[in-house]
Amino acid sequence: MEVLLGITGKDFTLIAASKAAMRGATILKVSDDKTRQLNKHTLMAFSGEAGDTVQFAEYIQANAQLYSMRNETDLSPSALANFVRGELASSLRSRKPYNVNLLLGGVDPITHKPSLYWLDYLASLASVPYAAHGYAQYYCLSLLDKHHQPDISLERGMELLRLCADELKRRLPIDFKGLVVKAVTKDGIEVMPFDEDEVVKGT
Amino acid sequence: MSSPFSINGGACVAMVGKDCVAIACDLRLGLQALTVSNNFPKVFQYGENVFLGLTGLATDVSTVSDLFRYKVNMYRLREERHIAPRTFANLVSSSLYERRFGPYFVSPVVAGLDPTTGAPFICGFDSIGCIDFAKDFIVSGTATEQLFGMCESLWEPDMGPDALFETISQSLLNAVDRDALSGWGAHVYIIEKDKVTKRLLKGRQD
Repeated sequence: MEVLLGITGKDFTLIAASKAAMRGATILKVSDDKTRQLNKHTLMAFSGEAGDTVQFAEYIQANAQLYSMRNETDLSPSALANFVRGELASSLRSRKPYNVNLLLGGVDPITHKPSLYWLDYLASLASVPYAAHGYAQYYCLSLLDKHHQPDISLERGMELLRLCADELKRRLPIDFKGLVVKAVTKDGIEVMPFDEDEVVKGT
Repeated sequence: MSSPFSINGGACVAMVGKDCVAIACDLRLGLQALTVSNNFPKVFQYGENVFLGLTGLATDVSTVSDLFRYKVNMYRLREERHIAPRTFANLVSSSLYERRFGPYFVSPVVAGLDPTTGAPFICGFDSIGCIDFAKDFIVSGTATEQLFGMCESLWEPDMGPDALFETISQSLLNAVDRDALSGWGAHVYIIEKDKVTKRLLKGRQD
């Protein structure tokens, strides 16, 4: 019941992840952050098997940061997405594959083009305008199909996220304890204030 | 239903014409019945007029296309020339057979023109590299049955590039409309002696 959402707009990429850390039917934590910053303008959100997720995400984070230090340049979001895919794909055919689903959002440091990559545990990679993982796919993709435009503003992006969160709260059987929302822009990554209880009117 | 070949869905077809060949694929990437992306091309170019179509498990489509990009680049550096379609087909075959007991779950299709004679060349493979040479057309993916039906009825020998484009496009578009796991637009490549035309077909978006 983990929720991962991603939306791109005119000059930003929004990534949202549920705050509940669950083990079976028990909620262990209500302020979990399922995201890791890879470099100045790339953010990765993850869900999947308990130990695998953080282990894999921090391995990727460490390698991305090592690259930035060695070369004094950051890898672009597309380069990172393909690096992550390669690591996940070689893990897939190993003795114990990582069971991790990812969303990778970023803004290109040179062109300032926002991008969002969808990766599942099989290492299928797709560049998409908006994406979700887990049960959120069934509820949110149809909403975003209807309401998303490629040139939306950050405010409109947050509005769409609230619309999705509202639908998820209505339909999911377990409380996911709200969302952490982070925005990637050309100026870096910022945590966005997100009020779960705000009333949403159908847009 | 949970065969690795039909989790993500997708379709690909190649056809021979008069002094030209065509290769086309759909653009869907799905997880069972859920569509995740409608911009996932399955045809890749390797050299001047050598094309590879890959359907099957999406992760292996990416892995295998990246692997051949590496192998073909190394070939070009060593030989100082572009790879010929027939040579490429044998490279695909032997590379897939290397994974005989843990295969890549893909059904490749190769299309191109012989660089010396200009003769059209197409062939298909199973996932472990058995080559299927054909004089008319090759199909692969979750819409194979539909594609066979369309190609059998529309294809005729010695079509020019325009007729070939019409034939391959209609074959693919109408085949994927009868398959729930493929569709959502298409890429069509028409390969002639010294011209390659890539066209984007919108197709039904449902």
